Amino acid sequence: MADMTATPPEAAPQGLQTADGRPLKAALAESQARAKRRAFYLVAPLLAFILLTFVLPIGQLLSRSVSDPRFIEHVDRSSGEVTPIMTGLRAWFDDNPAGTEPDEAAYAALAADLVLLADLRGQGDVGTRINYEAPGTRSLFTKTARRAEDLQAPFREAILDVDEDWADPMLWQAMRDASSRFTANFYLAALDLAKDETGKIVNVPQERQVYVMLFERTAILSVLITFLTLVLGFPVAHLLATLPLRYSNLLMILVLLPFWTSLLVRTTSWMVLLQSQGVINSTLVWLGVIGEDGRIQMIYNQLGTVIAMTHILLPFMVLPLYSVMRPIKPAYVRAARSLGATSWTAFRRIYLPQTVPGIGAGALLVFILAVGYYITPALVGGADGQLISNLIAFHMQNSLNWSLAAALASLLLAGVLILYWLYDRLVGIDNLKLG
Amino acid sequence: MKRTLILTSALVAAGVAAQAEELAVMSWGGAYSKSQVEAYHKPFTEKTGVTVIDVVADNPATPIKAQVEAGNVSVSIADVEYADAMALCDEGLLEEIDPSIFADAPDGTPAMEDFLPGAVTDCFVATIVFSTIYAYDDTKFPDAKPTTIADLFDLEGFPGKRGLRKTPKVNLEMALMADGVAPEEVYDMLETDEGVERAFAKLDTIKDEVVWWEAGAQPPQLLADGEVAMTTAYNGRIFSAAVAEEKPFVSVFNGQVYEYDGYVIPLGAPNQERALEFLTFATQTQQLADQAKWISYGPARKSSGPLVGLYEDGETEMGPYMPTAEANLEVALPSSVEFWADRNVELSERFNAWLAN
Amino acid sequence: MALPSHASRLERVWHYTYLVICALIFLFLIAPILIIIPLSFNAEPYFTFTEKMLSLDPTGYSLRWYDMLLTLGMSAPDAARDGSWWADAWANSTWLRAAKNSVIIGFFSTLLATFLGTLAALGLSRPEMPFRRTIMAVLISPMIVPIIITATGLFFFYSSTGLANSYLGIVMAHATLGIPFVIITVTATLVGFDHSLSRAAASLGASPARSFFKITMPLILPGVVSGALFAFVTSFDEVVVVLFIAAHDQQTIPRQMWAGIREQISPAILSVATILVIVSIGLLSAVELLRRRSEKMRGLSPG
Repeated sequence: MADMTATPPEAAPQGLQTADGRPLKAALAESQARAKRRAFYLVAPLLAFILLTFVLPIGQLLSRSVSDPRFIEHVDRSSGEVTPIMTGLRAWFDDNPAGTEPDEAAYAALAADLVLLADLRGQGDVGTRINYEAPGTRSLFTKTARRAEDLQAPFREAILDVDEDWADPMLWQAMRDASSRFTANFYLAALDLAKDETGKIVNVPQERQVYVMLFERTAILSVLITFLTLVLGFPVAHLLATLPLRYSNLLMILVLLPFWTSLLVRTTSWMVLLQSQGVINSTLVWLGVIGEDGRIQMIYNQLGTVIAMTHILLPFMVLPLYSVMRPIKPAYVRAARSLGATSWTAFRRIYLPQTVPGIGAGALLVFILAVGYYITPALVGGADGQLISNLIAFHMQNSLNWSLAAALASLLLAGVLILYWLYDRLVGIDNLKLG
Repeated sequence: MKRTLILTSALVAAGVAAQAEELAVMSWGGAYSKSQVEAYHKPFTEKTGVTVIDVVADNPATPIKAQVEAGNVSVSIADVEYADAMALCDEGLLEEIDPSIFADAPDGTPAMEDFLPGAVTDCFVATIVFSTIYAYDDTKFPDAKPTTIADLFDLEGFPGKRGLRKTPKVNLEMALMADGVAPEEVYDMLETDEGVERAFAKLDTIKDEVVWWEAGAQPPQLLADGEVAMTTAYNGRIFSAAVAEEKPFVSVFNGQVYEYDGYVIPLGAPNQERALEFLTFATQTQQLADQAKWISYGPARKSSGPLVGLYEDGETEMGPYMPTAEANLEVALPSSVEFWADRNVELSERFNAWLAN
Repeated sequence: MALPSHASRLERVWHYTYLVICALIFLFLIAPILIIIPLSFNAEPYFTFTEKMLSLDPTGYSLRWYDMLLTLGMSAPDAARDGSWWADAWANSTWLRAAKNSVIIGFFSTLLATFLGTLAALGLSRPEMPFRRTIMAVLISPMIVPIIITATGLFFFYSSTGLANSYLGIVMAHATLGIPFVIITVTATLVGFDHSLSRAAASLGASPARSFFKITMPLILPGVVSGALFAFVTSFDEVVVVLFIAAHDQQTIPRQMWAGIREQISPAILSVATILVIVSIGLLSAVELLRRRSEKMRGLSPG
């Protein structure tokens, strides 16, 4: 900034110049570029850090959603050596178009591939990989690979003799699909879709449909929780905004303390309160409202998830509401009243519209945080209070179907990022306030 | 920033170096881990000076698999069920264990003859026979008492919430047995689609009343908190709660499903030499018998059997509480390793879809 | 909020109903947090108030669960409580180990987050910063992205780079999660920052460094400190990332609580919870004091 010195007036005819005779335009541009660079240098270390420890890992994770090469190559876990597998069968797939009835050549290739597989101990991996596409087929691979050495021509009969399910066209379609390195099938699976034996996209059978239902449940519960936080947060924020600062600052602590208290502590508290032998049920029994046998199930189900999450997210609603309500001048409402509006009309027509930005900011923030919740549903959600995050964790840690977990994660992330973008457009990230 | 990071690493490194050598063993927590700490870990530390760290997981096979697949294994030994060990071994996720490391019985019987049949495989050495039973809170059923596996599914005769483990394993078998299938026919039936349907249909009848548990320590807690009236559980956990904590829990062995459980070394585990040393030590006749002093699981060696006597309180005879006691074996099912090693993935998927719907 | 004297009867009724509703909501907010405090002193292993507790009988209360926090995991918990007993507790107690890990990880991740975050906030608050909005959105995103996605991403990334199961890995992850809070609080302080102050310092011959330390720093310090406290709390409270990338020897308090809650919520968990509530009350008071100080300072500054 210090270089922006005044231009000598006599230089005016040749265009504005700086004291050392350079054109002012260039000097200004240069100084501005320098200021830009200087500002950017301050941000650069953090940006690099976040890109490296956050954006890159997530990108890497998402790239798994379109690829699972376990049918194509076997990686030896101790040496890291990569061996191409199922080469014969894959060659057969290349030579024959989709829908070709597998012939003796196909079965012979399969038998040879299984021998190599048994040698590498890769049948479990391959079976798991195919099982994602054609459920219930993993055991075919483990079983048949165990006997692969003994298989004799004619191979078609020999293999069908081990298990007749090998003739299933679905299975052959699945193996064909798994032969390409990149696939959209995990995204299909994440939407409860699958390819049938002709490659057409169809719904998976009713009893296997979970993901769409879970996305819906996550959305519905998040909307419900957002609504509840609004209903509970609005009066409180209004009270805080209209009280004199002295009192409101004191009461504000009641909002901020939960905000600062460990999530696990708050979840534990709700477990203590809501259990069937917990504080609320015991009090109700003690008061005689319910009998000893009539204890209400309030936890380990959706109700538990909703109550605990509403409590945990409530401060995220109150704070933005408060910061919008505080500056609203009471004079407007008073003016409306003096002009004959009832208190309800004055509230509805004058006060409420002014709080809309706060409602929008709070609701979006709460909703964004709610759809990604993991800990609380995991602890108090039981079977039907689980959200999509819990399923992602399940596929990450238990079933180890990492590609499906990644596909689910990218769908969730896409949803969250759209909302985040919306938030930035409507509210502005700079306006995020924390107490 | 760099300096801070280097400083952190240095501090951490110094902290680690100052500690004694450690061996991390992953197990199931609660009363079971305690029995291992008492019978194996403490004596091993006394003998070698190596601190044994007890790391707890709901089912160690799961994190082990994830760790090996991702290539960062943090524990040296894991305690897993037989079928899981088989599946992991098939997939090449475990180190092979040379059977010659196991000690012979005190009377000179070679180790391989002393272990129960099948207790030692390429990558696994069994330490116990455990069983999944169901147990109920005695105070909840003052009149008629549940006695058979069918009673677990009988909501009318025995109302109240049920606790079941959140896996298809054991639940499907119990459902079929409760539905009148003889134990020896259970796995043949589960090999067919109709059999699986039938098991799920039976589970459907109590689904709304079920509280699902994942960690072995949960079922006794669920019973104690009154969250459930009846729950499936590992038999040793119920024993510990009933005897050590004097809870009014009754175990029903009718329809029990029993299986080996033991140690494996994950592929690429740290400190493998010590791990093998630990396995040799822990699977000696006396050590296996000592564990049964703390929890009612049967030792996996024949020579340990006669050494099992009283519970650590010095008065409770352990014999009748063992899954292998004759009276407990009347209606009992040995878990099929091959079945679950092959079918666990598929059935888990089916089970989870069923659970979520 | 006082009711005007001309309020109608209906309005009066509504007004008091409204106050009652607000009181109930405040109760909903605060009661769950306070209820665990007395319960953590329960002599019995239950989660309800026993008869003895209700009648304020001292035998209904005990410190046994707090004691358990020390003794759990010790090699000789029943020994006489002399120097070596305390040394044993310090070295082996499961909860103390967790507490040590939490503090170490919290401290270094806060340091990292605060340093990088403050620097970036200074850059971001300059009007000439290019792509300000986009970059800000990227830097705040760790707060928005579902934690499970962050944790799984880090799990794979750290596994392939050898950072998994290391303190460094967790410190970096927690710093990432804490950074948005530092940026938000520090930029909020800088919004009211009068840039003519630094210009004045520069025109009086101060070097940029001198002007930063003498002018900028004292003014934004309250924001930096409260950002740091936020970052610390974020790390201190974080469990999912630890679940995914930490080994057994990097267990933190929340990780230990998670294990405890899933296995058996004995009142020992409640005693940890109580201690954590007291810690958060302390931190909250600190932030409140800072906020007031900052407002006062900014009230004094021209503009």
